[in-house]
Amino acid sequence: MLELSHVWKTFNAGTVNEKVALQNLNLKLEPGDFVTVIGGNGAGKSTMLNAVAGVFPVDEGSILIDGQDVSALPEYKRAKLIGRVFQDPMMGTAATMQIEENLALAARRGKPRTLRSGITAAERAEYREKLKILDLGLEDRMTSKVGLLSGGQRQALTLLMATLQQPKLLLLDEHTAALDPKTAAKVLEATKKIVESSNLTTLMITHNMRDAIAYGNRLIMMYDGHVVVDVRGEEKKALTVERLLDLFSQASGSDEVSDKLILS
Amino acid sequence: MDFLDNLNGFVNALPGAVAEGLIWGIMAIGLFITYKLLEISDLTVDGSFCTGGAVCAAMMTAGFNVWFAMLMAFLSGMAAGWVTGFLHTKCKIPAILASILTQLGLWTVNMAVMGMRSTMAILAVNNDVMVAMVFLEEVALGMKPFFYHPILTVGLFSAVIIGLLYWFFGTERGASIRATGANVHMARAQGINTDFNKVLGLMLANGLVALSGSLLAQYKGSAEINMGRGAIVIGLAAIIIGEVTFGKLFKNFALRLVAVSLGAIIYYIVIQMVISLIDVDAQYMKLFSAAVVAVFLTVPNLQKGKARHKKERKEVQNA
Ligand SMILES: Nc1ncnc2c1ncn2[C@@H]1O[C@H](COP(=O)(O)OP(=O)(O)OP(=O)(O)O)[C@@H](O)[C@H]1O
Ligand SMILES: [Mg+2]
Repeated sequence: MLELSHVWKTFNAGTVNEKVALQNLNLKLEPGDFVTVIGGNGAGKSTMLNAVAGVFPVDEGSILIDGQDVSALPEYKRAKLIGRVFQDPMMGTAATMQIEENLALAARRGKPRTLRSGITAAERAEYREKLKILDLGLEDRMTSKVGLLSGGQRQALTLLMATLQQPKLLLLDEHTAALDPKTAAKVLEATKKIVESSNLTTLMITHNMRDAIAYGNRLIMMYDGHVVVDVRGEEKKALTVERLLDLFSQASGSDEVSDKLILS
Repeated sequence: MDFLDNLNGFVNALPGAVAEGLIWGIMAIGLFITYKLLEISDLTVDGSFCTGGAVCAAMMTAGFNVWFAMLMAFLSGMAAGWVTGFLHTKCKIPAILASILTQLGLWTVNMAVMGMRSTMAILAVNNDVMVAMVFLEEVALGMKPFFYHPILTVGLFSAVIIGLLYWFFGTERGASIRATGANVHMARAQGINTDFNKVLGLMLANGLVALSGSLLAQYKGSAEINMGRGAIVIGLAAIIIGEVTFGKLFKNFALRLVAVSLGAIIYYIVIQMVISLIDVDAQYMKLFSAAVVAVFLTVPNLQKGKARHKKERKEVQNA
Protein backbone atom coordinates (compact mmCIF):
# COMPACT_ATOMS: atom_id res chain seq x y z
CA MET A 1 0.00 0.00 0.00
CA LEU A 2 2.94 2.25 0.79
CA GLU A 3 6.38 1.65 -0.56
CA LEU A 4 9.36 3.83 0.27
CA SER A 5 12.56 2.87 -1.46
CA HIS A 6 15.99 4.40 -0.98
CA VAL A 7 14.59 7.67 0.27
CA TRP A 8 17.05 10.40 1.26
CA LYS A 9 16.33 13.81 2.70
CA THR A 10 18.85 16.40 3.85
CA PHE A 11 17.80 19.66 5.47
CA ASN A 12 19.84 22.83 5.00
CA ALA A 13 22.29 21.08 2.69
CA GLY A 14 25.63 22.82 2.40
CA THR A 15 25.26 24.89 5.55
CA VAL A 16 26.50 24.41 9.11
CA ASN A 17 22.99 23.28 9.98
CA GLU A 18 23.08 20.47 7.46
CA LYS A 19 21.11 17.50 8.74
CA VAL A 20 20.58 14.23 6.98
CA ALA A 21 17.12 13.37 8.29
CA LEU A 22 16.36 10.34 6.11
CA GLN A 23 19.15 7.98 5.08
CA ASN A 24 18.36 5.33 2.57
CA LEU A 25 14.97 4.72 4.12
CA ASN A 26 13.13 1.61 2.94
CA LEU A 27 9.69 0.59 4.10
CA LYS A 28 6.87 -1.42 2.61
CA LEU A 29 3.39 -1.55 4.10
CA GLU A 30 0.85 -4.20 3.18
CA PRO A 31 -2.80 -3.21 2.82
CA GLY A 32 -4.38 -3.06 6.27
CA ASP A 33 -1.09 -2.80 8.13
CA PHE A 34 -1.42 -0.79 11.34
CA VAL A 35 2.18 0.15 12.07
CA THR A 36 3.35 1.92 15.19
CA VAL A 37 6.55 3.92 14.82
CA ILE A 38 8.98 4.62 17.65
CA GLY A 39 12.44 6.14 17.86
CA GLY A 40 14.35 8.83 19.73
CA ASN A 41 14.12 12.55 19.15
CA GLY A 42 15.42 13.47 15.74
CA ALA A 43 15.33 9.89 14.46
CA GLY A 44 13.41 11.07 11.40
CA LYS A 45 9.92 9.82 12.22
CA SER A 46 8.12 13.06 11.46
CA THR A 47 10.32 13.64 8.45
CA MET A 48 9.27 10.26 7.07
CA LEU A 49 5.57 11.09 7.46
CA ASN A 50 6.02 14.55 6.01
CA ALA A 51 7.92 13.10 3.07
CA VAL A 52 5.06 10.69 2.40
CA ALA A 53 2.51 13.49 2.72
CA GLY A 54 4.52 15.69 0.36
CA VAL A 55 5.19 18.58 2.74
CA PHE A 56 8.57 18.76 1.01
CA PRO A 57 10.09 16.84 -1.91
CA VAL A 58 12.68 14.18 -1.07
CA ASP A 59 16.21 14.35 -2.47
CA GLU A 60 16.34 10.79 -3.73
CA GLY A 61 14.28 7.65 -3.83
CA SER A 62 10.68 6.92 -4.66
CA ILE A 63 7.41 6.93 -2.76
CA LEU A 64 4.58 4.73 -3.99
CA ILE A 65 1.09 4.81 -2.58
CA ASP A 66 -1.21 2.05 -3.79
CA GLY A 67 1.14 1.46 -6.69
CA GLN A 68 1.12 5.12 -7.76
CA ASP A 69 4.40 7.05 -7.71
CA VAL A 70 3.60 10.23 -5.80
CA SER A 71 7.19 11.50 -5.41
CA ALA A 72 6.59 14.40 -7.79
CA LEU A 73 3.08 15.32 -6.65
CA PRO A 74 2.48 18.41 -4.50
CA GLU A 75 1.04 18.00 -1.02
CA TYR A 76 -2.51 18.98 -1.94
CA LYS A 77 -2.67 16.36 -4.69
CA ARG A 78 -1.36 13.57 -2.48
CA ALA A 79 -4.03 14.52 0.04
CA LYS A 80 -6.48 12.60 -2.11
CA LEU A 81 -4.81 9.39 -0.91
CA ILE A 82 -3.81 10.39 2.60
CA GLY A 83 -5.55 11.21 5.87
CA ARG A 84 -3.45 13.01 8.46
CA VAL A 85 -3.55 13.97 12.11
CA PHE A 86 -0.78 16.17 13.44
CA GLN A 87 0.86 16.40 16.83
CA ASP A 88 -0.29 19.99 17.26
CA PRO A 89 -4.08 20.06 17.80
CA MET A 90 -4.15 23.50 16.14
CA MET A 91 -2.77 22.19 12.85
CA GLY A 92 -5.48 19.84 11.69
CA THR A 93 -8.56 22.05 11.84
CA ALA A 94 -9.56 25.58 10.84
CA ALA A 95 -10.24 27.35 14.14
CA THR A 96 -12.35 30.16 12.71
CA MET A 97 -14.68 27.80 10.88
CA GLN A 98 -17.55 25.75 12.22
CA ILE A 99 -17.30 22.07 13.12
CA GLU A 100 -19.60 21.13 10.24
CA GLU A 101 -17.70 23.37 7.82
CA ASN A 102 -14.46 21.63 8.75
CA LEU A 103 -16.07 18.26 8.16
CA ALA A 104 -17.52 19.40 4.83
CA LEU A 105 -14.07 20.54 3.71
CA ALA A 106 -12.66 17.14 4.65
CA ALA A 107 -15.47 15.26 2.93
CA ARG A 108 -14.35 16.90 -0.32
CA ARG A 109 -10.71 15.86 0.01
CA GLY A 110 -9.36 14.98 -3.42
CA LYS A 111 -12.44 16.27 -5.22
CA PRO A 112 -12.67 19.44 -7.31
CA ARG A 113 -13.97 22.44 -5.39
CA THR A 114 -16.91 23.62 -7.44
CA LEU A 115 -19.51 26.36 -7.12
CA ARG A 116 -21.94 23.93 -5.58
CA SER A 117 -23.01 24.50 -2.00
CA GLY A 118 -20.19 23.95 0.49
CA ILE A 119 -22.38 21.79 2.71
CA THR A 120 -25.75 20.10 2.20
CA ALA A 121 -28.53 19.11 4.58
CA ALA A 122 -27.90 15.42 3.92
CA GLU A 123 -24.27 15.88 4.90
CA ARG A 124 -25.24 17.55 8.15
CA ALA A 125 -27.29 14.52 9.13
CA GLU A 126 -24.43 12.22 8.22
CA TYR A 127 -21.89 14.26 10.23
CA ARG A 128 -24.17 14.27 13.23
CA GLU A 129 -24.18 10.46 13.21
CA LYS A 130 -20.41 10.27 12.81
CA LEU A 131 -19.80 12.78 15.59
CA LYS A 132 -21.91 10.67 17.92
CA ILE A 133 -19.41 7.86 17.56
CA LEU A 134 -16.71 10.10 19.06
CA ASP A 135 -18.87 10.40 22.16
CA LEU A 136 -17.74 13.95 22.94
CA GLY A 137 -21.07 15.71 22.56
CA LEU A 138 -19.88 17.46 19.41
CA GLU A 139 -23.00 16.39 17.51
CA ASP A 140 -24.93 19.07 19.39
CA ARG A 141 -22.41 21.81 18.62
CA MET A 142 -22.03 21.44 14.90
CA THR A 143 -22.19 25.15 14.17
CA SER A 144 -19.69 26.07 16.91
CA LYS A 145 -16.33 27.42 15.81
CA VAL A 146 -13.64 24.76 16.16
CA GLY A 147 -11.47 27.30 18.02
CA LEU A 148 -13.79 26.85 21.01
CA LEU A 149 -12.98 23.14 21.34
CA SER A 150 -10.39 21.59 23.65
CA GLY A 151 -7.22 20.03 22.26
CA GLY A 152 -8.60 16.52 22.67
CA GLN A 153 -11.85 17.40 20.95
CA ARG A 154 -9.92 18.97 18.11
CA GLN A 155 -7.74 15.89 17.68
CA ALA A 156 -10.77 13.61 17.69
CA LEU A 157 -12.40 15.85 15.10
CA THR A 158 -9.25 15.86 12.98
CA LEU A 159 -9.19 12.08 13.15
CA LEU A 160 -12.77 11.93 11.95
CA MET A 161 -11.94 14.42 9.18
CA ALA A 162 -8.95 12.35 8.09
CA THR A 163 -11.09 9.26 7.67
CA LEU A 164 -14.35 10.78 6.41
CA GLN A 165 -13.17 10.04 2.88
CA GLN A 166 -11.57 6.65 3.26
CA PRO A 167 -7.84 7.28 2.72
CA LYS A 168 -5.42 4.77 1.24
CA LEU A 169 -3.10 5.70 4.06
CA LEU A 170 -3.58 7.23 7.48
CA LEU A 171 -0.65 9.16 8.98
CA LEU A 172 -0.69 9.93 12.70
CA ASP A 173 2.22 11.93 14.08
CA GLU A 174 2.10 11.69 17.88
CA HIS A 175 -1.49 12.78 17.66
CA THR A 176 -2.11 12.22 21.36
CA ALA A 177 1.14 13.70 22.69
CA ALA A 178 -0.31 17.11 23.45
CA LEU A 179 -3.28 15.71 25.38
CA ASP A 180 -3.72 14.83 29.04
CA PRO A 181 -3.47 11.07 29.73
CA LYS A 182 -7.19 10.50 30.02
CA THR A 183 -8.04 12.32 26.81
CA ALA A 184 -5.09 10.71 25.07
CA ALA A 185 -6.42 7.27 25.94
CA LYS A 186 -9.85 8.21 24.63
CA VAL A 187 -8.49 9.52 21.32
CA LEU A 188 -6.30 6.45 21.00
CA GLU A 189 -9.28 4.17 21.50
CA ALA A 190 -11.22 6.11 18.88
CA THR A 191 -8.23 5.71 16.57
CA LYS A 192 -8.21 1.96 17.04
CA LYS A 193 -11.94 1.74 16.45
CA ILE A 194 -11.78 3.75 13.23
CA VAL A 195 -8.65 2.07 11.87
CA GLU A 196 -9.96 -1.42 12.53
CA SER A 197 -13.50 -0.86 11.32
CA SER A 198 -12.29 0.46 7.96
CA ASN A 199 -9.18 -1.70 7.86
CA LEU A 200 -7.05 1.39 7.17
CA THR A 201 -3.37 1.15 6.36
CA THR A 202 -1.88 3.29 9.12
CA LEU A 203 1.42 4.71 10.31
CA MET A 204 1.24 5.92 13.90
CA ILE A 205 4.18 7.63 15.56
CA THR A 206 4.22 7.50 19.33
CA HIS A 207 6.69 8.16 22.12
CA ASN A 208 4.90 5.77 24.39
CA MET A 209 6.44 2.30 24.07
CA ARG A 210 3.52 0.63 25.77
CA ASP A 211 1.10 2.14 23.26
CA ALA A 212 3.41 1.14 20.45
CA ILE A 213 3.32 -2.43 21.67
CA ALA A 214 -0.38 -2.49 22.49
CA TYR A 215 -1.66 -1.08 19.22
CA GLY A 216 -1.29 -2.27 15.66
CA ASN A 217 -0.07 -5.44 14.01
CA ARG A 218 3.42 -4.23 13.31
CA LEU A 219 6.04 -2.05 14.99
CA ILE A 220 9.01 -0.28 13.49
CA MET A 221 11.79 1.59 15.22
CA MET A 222 13.69 4.36 13.50
CA TYR A 223 17.22 5.43 14.20
CA ASP A 224 19.38 7.85 12.24
CA GLY A 225 16.91 8.29 9.42
CA HIS A 226 16.05 4.70 8.67
CA VAL A 227 14.22 1.67 10.01
CA VAL A 228 16.34 -0.46 12.37
CA VAL A 229 13.72 -2.72 13.91
CA ASP A 230 10.68 -4.18 12.20
CA VAL A 231 8.50 -6.58 14.19
CA ARG A 232 5.21 -8.05 13.05
CA GLY A 233 2.70 -10.85 13.48
CA GLU A 234 3.14 -13.23 16.40
CA GLU A 235 6.44 -11.67 17.36
CA LYS A 236 4.73 -8.30 17.69
CA LYS A 237 2.00 -9.80 19.86
CA ALA A 238 4.58 -11.27 22.21
CA LEU A 239 6.60 -8.08 22.42
CA THR A 240 7.61 -6.54 25.77
CA VAL A 241 9.39 -3.30 26.56
CA GLU A 242 12.53 -5.23 27.62
CA ARG A 243 12.59 -7.22 24.40
CA LEU A 244 12.13 -4.00 22.43
CA LEU A 245 15.10 -2.34 24.14
CA ASP A 246 17.10 -5.45 23.49
CA LEU A 247 16.27 -5.37 19.81
CA PHE A 248 17.21 -1.74 19.70
CA SER A 249 20.65 -2.11 21.23
CA GLN A 250 21.36 -4.97 18.85
CA ALA A 251 20.29 -2.89 15.88
CA SER A 252 22.10 0.28 16.83
CA GLY A 253 25.12 -1.55 18.22
CA SER A 254 25.02 0.25 21.54
CA ASP A 255 22.92 0.10 24.66
CA GLU A 256 23.58 3.56 25.94
CA VAL A 257 21.14 4.92 23.38
CA SER A 258 18.41 2.79 24.81
CA ASP A 259 18.36 5.00 27.91
CA LYS A 260 17.92 7.99 25.66
CA LEU A 261 15.08 6.18 23.98
CA ILE A 262 13.23 5.55 27.20
CA LEU A 263 13.77 9.05 28.42
CA SER A 264 12.59 10.67 25.24
CA MET B 1 -22.45 81.56 15.55
CA ASP B 2 -19.34 80.25 13.92
CA PHE B 3 -20.01 76.81 15.32
CA LEU B 4 -23.61 76.85 14.11
CA ASP B 5 -22.37 77.70 10.66
CA ASN B 6 -20.01 74.77 10.85
CA LEU B 7 -22.74 72.48 12.10
CA ASN B 8 -24.93 73.56 9.24
CA GLY B 9 -22.12 72.84 6.82
CA PHE B 10 -21.63 69.41 8.37
CA VAL B 11 -25.29 68.50 8.07
CA ASN B 12 -25.29 69.60 4.45
CA ALA B 13 -22.19 67.55 3.74
CA LEU B 14 -23.63 64.45 5.42
CA PRO B 15 -25.30 62.83 2.38
CA GLY B 16 -22.10 63.29 0.42
CA ALA B 17 -20.08 61.70 3.21
CA VAL B 18 -22.44 58.72 3.35
CA ALA B 19 -22.30 58.26 -0.42
CA GLU B 20 -18.53 58.47 -0.50
CA GLY B 21 -18.32 56.12 2.49
CA LEU B 22 -20.48 53.59 0.66
CA ILE B 23 -18.20 53.74 -2.38
CA TRP B 24 -15.10 53.20 -0.26
CA GLY B 25 -17.04 50.47 1.53
CA ILE B 26 -16.93 48.36 -1.63
CA MET B 27 -13.15 48.71 -1.70
CA ALA B 28 -13.05 47.80 2.00
CA ILE B 29 -15.10 44.68 1.29
CA GLY B 30 -12.46 43.71 -1.27
CA LEU B 31 -9.78 44.30 1.32
CA PHE B 32 -11.77 42.20 3.80
CA ILE B 33 -11.27 39.20 1.51
CA THR B 34 -7.49 39.47 1.56
CA TYR B 35 -6.91 40.92 5.02
CA LYS B 36 -9.49 38.98 7.00
CA LEU B 37 -10.21 35.82 5.03
CA LEU B 38 -6.80 35.12 3.52
CA GLU B 39 -4.76 36.97 6.17
CA ILE B 40 -2.66 38.64 3.49
CA SER B 41 -1.68 42.29 3.78
CA ASP B 42 -2.32 43.31 0.20
CA LEU B 43 -1.00 46.75 -0.68
CA THR B 44 -1.93 46.26 -4.34
CA VAL B 45 -5.14 48.11 -3.54
CA ASP B 46 -3.50 51.54 -3.44
CA GLY B 47 -2.71 51.02 -7.12
CA SER B 48 -5.64 48.91 -8.30
CA PHE B 49 -8.15 51.41 -6.90
CA CYS B 50 -6.80 54.02 -9.30
CA THR B 51 -6.60 51.43 -12.08
CA GLY B 52 -10.34 50.99 -11.75
CA GLY B 53 -10.94 54.73 -11.96
CA ALA B 54 -8.54 55.20 -14.85
CA VAL B 55 -9.88 52.31 -16.90
CA CYS B 56 -13.45 53.45 -16.36
CA ALA B 57 -12.59 57.04 -17.37
CA ALA B 58 -10.66 55.90 -20.42
CA MET B 59 -13.40 53.53 -21.57
CA MET B 60 -16.14 56.10 -21.14
CA THR B 61 -14.08 58.77 -22.86
CA ALA B 62 -13.70 56.33 -25.73
CA GLY B 63 -17.46 56.17 -25.91
CA PHE B 64 -18.22 52.87 -24.18
CA ASN B 65 -21.26 52.46 -22.02
CA VAL B 66 -20.84 52.82 -18.25
CA TRP B 67 -21.63 49.17 -17.46
CA PHE B 68 -19.05 47.94 -19.90
CA ALA B 69 -16.53 50.47 -18.58
CA MET B 70 -17.11 49.22 -15.04
CA LEU B 71 -16.81 45.61 -16.12
CA MET B 72 -13.45 46.41 -17.68
CA ALA B 73 -12.43 48.23 -14.51
CA PHE B 74 -13.31 45.11 -12.51
CA LEU B 75 -11.32 42.87 -14.86
CA SER B 76 -8.30 45.17 -14.81
CA GLY B 77 -8.35 45.04 -11.01
CA MET B 78 -8.45 41.25 -11.21
CA ALA B 79 -5.43 41.34 -13.49
CA ALA B 80 -3.56 43.44 -10.92
CA GLY B 81 -4.51 40.92 -8.23
CA TRP B 82 -3.29 38.12 -10.42
CA VAL B 83 0.13 39.76 -10.77
CA THR B 84 0.50 40.04 -7.00
CA GLY B 85 -0.69 36.46 -6.63
CA PHE B 86 1.77 35.24 -9.23
CA LEU B 87 4.68 37.07 -7.61
CA HIS B 88 3.70 35.66 -4.25
CA THR B 89 2.85 32.04 -5.02
CA LYS B 90 5.03 31.29 -8.03
CA CYS B 91 8.03 33.57 -7.43
CA LYS B 92 7.77 32.99 -3.66
CA ILE B 93 8.04 36.70 -2.85
CA PRO B 94 6.49 37.55 0.54
CA ALA B 95 2.92 38.73 -0.08
CA ILE B 96 3.38 42.23 1.28
CA LEU B 97 6.46 42.84 -0.85
CA ALA B 98 4.83 41.31 -3.93
CA SER B 99 1.90 43.66 -3.51
CA ILE B 100 4.18 46.69 -3.11
CA LEU B 101 5.89 45.77 -6.38
CA THR B 102 2.56 45.52 -8.17
CA GLN B 103 1.42 48.77 -6.66
CA LEU B 104 4.55 50.56 -7.84
CA GLY B 105 4.26 49.13 -11.33
CA LEU B 106 0.59 50.06 -11.50
CA TRP B 107 1.46 53.74 -11.15
CA THR B 108 2.95 53.67 -14.64
CA VAL B 109 0.12 51.53 -15.97
CA ASN B 110 -2.44 53.95 -14.55
CA MET B 111 -0.64 56.93 -16.10
CA ALA B 112 -0.54 55.13 -19.43
CA VAL B 113 -4.25 54.33 -19.26
CA MET B 114 -4.94 58.03 -18.73
CA GLY B 115 -2.75 59.01 -21.68
CA MET B 116 0.26 59.90 -19.51
CA ARG B 117 -1.68 62.59 -17.70
CA SER B 118 -2.37 62.57 -13.99
CA THR B 119 -6.13 63.13 -14.29
CA MET B 120 -8.86 62.17 -16.68
CA ALA B 121 -12.38 63.59 -16.53
CA ILE B 122 -15.66 61.68 -16.66
CA LEU B 123 -18.09 64.54 -16.29
CA ALA B 124 -21.72 63.75 -15.65
CA VAL B 125 -22.77 66.43 -18.13
CA ASN B 126 -21.04 64.61 -20.94
CA ASN B 127 -21.38 61.02 -19.85
CA ASP B 128 -24.15 58.71 -18.79
CA VAL B 129 -22.56 57.88 -15.42
CA MET B 130 -24.04 55.75 -12.65
CA VAL B 131 -23.19 58.07 -9.80
CA ALA B 132 -22.08 61.67 -9.54
CA MET B 133 -21.74 64.16 -6.75
CA VAL B 134 -24.01 66.58 -8.62
CA PHE B 135 -26.83 64.02 -8.47
CA LEU B 136 -27.07 64.69 -4.73
CA GLU B 137 -28.18 68.22 -5.43
CA GLU B 138 -30.15 67.44 -8.54
CA VAL B 139 -32.25 64.84 -6.73
CA ALA B 140 -32.73 67.18 -3.78
CA LEU B 141 -33.95 69.91 -6.15
CA GLY B 142 -36.25 67.52 -7.97
CA MET B 143 -34.31 67.78 -11.22
CA LYS B 144 -33.74 64.02 -11.23
CA PRO B 145 -35.93 61.18 -9.95
CA PHE B 146 -35.08 59.83 -6.47
CA PHE B 147 -33.45 56.64 -7.72
CA TYR B 148 -30.56 58.69 -9.08
CA HIS B 149 -29.56 59.47 -5.51
CA PRO B 150 -25.96 58.23 -5.05
CA ILE B 151 -26.71 56.74 -1.63
CA LEU B 152 -29.44 54.65 -3.20
CA THR B 153 -27.45 53.60 -6.27
CA VAL B 154 -24.27 52.71 -4.41
CA GLY B 155 -26.25 51.19 -1.55
CA LEU B 156 -28.01 48.88 -3.98
CA PHE B 157 -24.74 48.09 -5.67
CA SER B 158 -23.16 47.18 -2.34
CA ALA B 159 -26.11 45.00 -1.41
CA VAL B 160 -25.80 43.03 -4.65
CA ILE B 161 -22.05 42.58 -4.13
CA ILE B 162 -22.55 41.44 -0.55
CA GLY B 163 -25.22 39.01 -1.70
CA LEU B 164 -22.97 37.55 -4.38
CA LEU B 165 -20.01 37.22 -1.99
CA TYR B 166 -22.23 35.59 0.61
CA TRP B 167 -23.24 33.02 -1.95
CA PHE B 168 -19.70 32.50 -3.24
CA PHE B 169 -18.05 32.00 0.13
CA GLY B 170 -20.68 29.41 0.92
CA THR B 171 -19.76 27.29 -2.10
CA GLU B 172 -17.17 24.51 -2.08
CA ARG B 173 -14.64 26.80 -3.71
CA GLY B 174 -15.45 29.75 -1.45
CA ALA B 175 -15.22 27.61 1.68
CA SER B 176 -11.87 26.29 0.50
CA ILE B 177 -10.62 29.88 0.19
CA ARG B 178 -11.70 30.58 3.75
CA ALA B 179 -9.93 27.42 4.88
CA THR B 180 -6.78 28.52 3.06
CA GLY B 181 -6.71 31.70 5.11
CA ALA B 182 -7.78 30.06 8.36
CA ASN B 183 -5.20 27.25 8.35
CA VAL B 184 -3.01 26.62 5.37
CA HIS B 185 -1.72 23.27 6.75
CA MET B 186 -5.20 21.96 7.25
CA ALA B 187 -6.25 23.20 3.82
CA ARG B 188 -3.42 21.38 2.07
CA ALA B 189 -4.00 18.24 4.11
CA GLN B 190 -7.60 18.36 2.85
CA GLY B 191 -6.40 18.52 -0.74
CA ILE B 192 -6.98 22.22 -1.29
CA ASN B 193 -4.73 23.97 -3.81
CA THR B 194 -3.84 26.83 -1.50
CA ASP B 195 -1.71 28.74 -4.01
CA PHE B 196 -4.52 28.78 -6.54
CA ASN B 197 -6.95 29.96 -3.88
CA LYS B 198 -4.67 32.77 -2.79
CA VAL B 199 -4.39 34.01 -6.37
CA LEU B 200 -8.15 33.72 -6.82
CA GLY B 201 -8.80 35.64 -3.60
CA LEU B 202 -6.37 38.38 -4.59
CA MET B 203 -8.03 38.67 -7.99
CA LEU B 204 -11.52 38.87 -6.58
CA ALA B 205 -10.48 41.40 -3.95
CA ASN B 206 -8.69 43.69 -6.38
CA GLY B 207 -11.53 43.39 -8.86
CA LEU B 208 -13.83 44.82 -6.22
CA VAL B 209 -11.28 47.47 -5.27
CA ALA B 210 -11.06 48.59 -8.92
CA LEU B 211 -14.84 48.57 -9.20
CA SER B 212 -14.98 50.86 -6.21
CA GLY B 213 -12.35 53.07 -7.86
CA SER B 214 -14.46 53.29 -10.99
CA LEU B 215 -17.44 54.44 -8.92
CA LEU B 216 -15.39 57.06 -7.11
CA ALA B 217 -14.03 58.42 -10.36
CA GLN B 218 -17.58 58.80 -11.66
CA TYR B 219 -18.74 60.32 -8.41
CA LYS B 220 -15.94 62.90 -8.35
CA GLY B 221 -16.05 63.53 -12.07
CA SER B 222 -12.51 62.36 -12.76
CA ALA B 223 -9.92 59.69 -12.22
CA GLU B 224 -6.77 60.97 -10.60
CA ILE B 225 -3.38 59.29 -10.28
CA ASN B 226 -3.29 59.70 -6.49
CA MET B 227 -6.88 58.71 -5.82
CA GLY B 228 -5.85 55.36 -4.33
CA ARG B 229 -3.08 56.64 -2.11
CA GLY B 230 -3.79 55.46 1.43
CA ALA B 231 -6.72 53.32 0.27
CA ILE B 232 -5.47 50.43 2.37
CA VAL B 233 -5.63 52.60 5.48
CA ILE B 234 -9.18 53.66 4.72
CA GLY B 235 -10.11 50.04 4.06
CA LEU B 236 -8.54 48.83 7.28
CA ALA B 237 -10.25 51.63 9.18
CA ALA B 238 -13.60 50.58 7.72
CA ILE B 239 -13.03 46.92 8.59
CA ILE B 240 -11.93 47.67 12.13
CA ILE B 241 -14.59 50.29 12.85
CA GLY B 242 -17.21 47.90 11.51
CA GLU B 243 -15.89 45.09 13.67
CA VAL B 244 -15.63 47.17 16.84
CA THR B 245 -19.08 48.69 16.37
CA PHE B 246 -21.09 45.73 15.12
CA GLY B 247 -18.88 42.72 15.85
CA LYS B 248 -20.95 41.52 18.80
CA LEU B 249 -24.16 41.80 16.82
CA PHE B 250 -23.16 40.72 13.33
CA LYS B 251 -21.79 37.17 13.32
CA ASN B 252 -23.20 35.99 10.01
CA PHE B 253 -20.85 36.38 7.05
CA ALA B 254 -23.16 38.66 5.05
CA LEU B 255 -23.68 40.85 8.08
CA ARG B 256 -19.94 41.06 8.65
CA LEU B 257 -19.65 42.48 5.15
CA VAL B 258 -22.48 44.90 5.89
CA ALA B 259 -20.51 45.95 8.96
CA VAL B 260 -17.49 46.73 6.76
CA SER B 261 -19.65 48.92 4.55
CA LEU B 262 -21.15 50.66 7.57
CA GLY B 263 -17.63 51.05 8.99
CA ALA B 264 -16.61 52.95 5.87
CA ILE B 265 -19.64 55.21 6.20
CA ILE B 266 -18.87 55.93 9.84
CA TYR B 267 -15.28 56.67 8.90
CA TYR B 268 -16.35 59.22 6.31
CA ILE B 269 -18.86 60.84 8.62
CA VAL B 270 -16.18 61.22 11.30
CA ILE B 271 -13.73 62.64 8.79
CA GLN B 272 -16.37 65.06 7.56
CA MET B 273 -17.14 66.02 11.13
CA VAL B 274 -13.51 66.75 11.89
CA ILE B 275 -13.14 68.78 8.72
CA SER B 276 -16.29 70.86 9.04
CA LEU B 277 -16.76 71.17 12.79
CA ILE B 278 -13.20 71.62 13.97
CA ASP B 279 -12.07 73.33 10.81
CA VAL B 280 -9.07 71.11 10.33
CA ASP B 281 -7.15 71.61 7.12
CA ALA B 282 -7.85 68.63 4.85
CA GLN B 283 -4.08 68.18 4.44
CA TYR B 284 -3.87 66.94 8.03
CA MET B 285 -6.34 64.18 7.43
CA LYS B 286 -3.87 61.56 6.20
CA LEU B 287 -1.80 61.80 9.37
CA PHE B 288 -4.98 61.77 11.41
CA SER B 289 -6.33 58.66 9.64
CA ALA B 290 -3.03 56.83 9.95
CA ALA B 291 -2.91 57.56 13.68
CA VAL B 292 -6.52 56.47 14.20
CA VAL B 293 -5.98 53.19 12.36
CA ALA B 294 -2.74 52.55 14.28
CA VAL B 295 -4.64 52.95 17.54
CA PHE B 296 -7.48 50.71 16.40
CA LEU B 297 -5.02 48.02 15.31
CA THR B 298 -3.24 48.20 18.67
CA VAL B 299 -6.20 47.99 21.01
CA PRO B 300 -7.28 44.40 20.22
CA ASN B 301 -3.69 43.21 20.71
CA LEU B 302 -3.46 44.91 24.08
CA GLN B 303 -6.67 43.22 25.13
CA LYS B 304 -5.39 39.87 23.95
CA GLY B 305 -2.16 40.43 25.88
CA LYS B 306 -4.09 41.23 29.02
CA ALA B 307 -6.23 38.11 28.69
CA ARG B 308 -3.11 36.00 28.26
CA HIS B 309 -1.43 37.48 31.32
CA LYS B 310 -4.52 36.80 33.33
CA LYS B 311 -4.57 33.19 32.16
CA GLU B 312 -0.89 32.72 32.90
CA ARG B 313 -1.27 34.17 36.36
CA LYS B 314 -4.14 31.79 36.99
CA GLU B 315 -2.07 28.86 35.82
CA VAL B 316 0.76 29.86 38.13
CA GLN B 317 -1.68 30.09 41.00
CA ASN B 318 -3.18 26.73 40.23
CA ALA B 319 0.19 25.04 39.88
N1 LIG C 1 12.05 21.53 8.28
C1 LIG C 1 13.23 21.19 8.82
N2 LIG C 1 14.32 21.96 8.62
C2 LIG C 1 15.50 21.61 9.14
N3 LIG C 1 15.73 20.51 9.86
C3 LIG C 1 14.70 19.70 10.10
C4 LIG C 1 13.40 19.99 9.59
N4 LIG C 1 12.56 19.00 9.97
C5 LIG C 1 13.30 18.14 10.69
N5 LIG C 1 14.59 18.54 10.76
C6 LIG C 1 15.68 17.82 11.42
O1 LIG C 1 15.67 16.51 10.96
C7 LIG C 1 15.91 15.58 12.02
C8 LIG C 1 14.79 14.61 12.11
O2 LIG C 1 13.65 15.29 12.61
P1 LIG C 1 12.22 14.64 12.83
O3 LIG C 1 11.32 15.74 13.16
O4 LIG C 1 11.89 13.80 11.68
O5 LIG C 1 12.47 13.74 14.10
P2 LIG C 1 11.46 12.87 14.91
O6 LIG C 1 11.91 11.48 14.82
O7 LIG C 1 10.07 13.17 14.50
O8 LIG C 1 11.74 13.40 16.36
P3 LIG C 1 10.73 13.78 17.54
O9 LIG C 1 10.52 12.52 18.27
O10 LIG C 1 11.49 14.76 18.34
O11 LIG C 1 9.49 14.33 16.93
C9 LIG C 1 16.11 16.44 13.25
O12 LIG C 1 17.47 16.61 13.48
C10 LIG C 1 15.47 17.74 12.92
O13 LIG C 1 16.11 18.81 13.58
MG1 LIG D 1 8.38 14.23 15.34
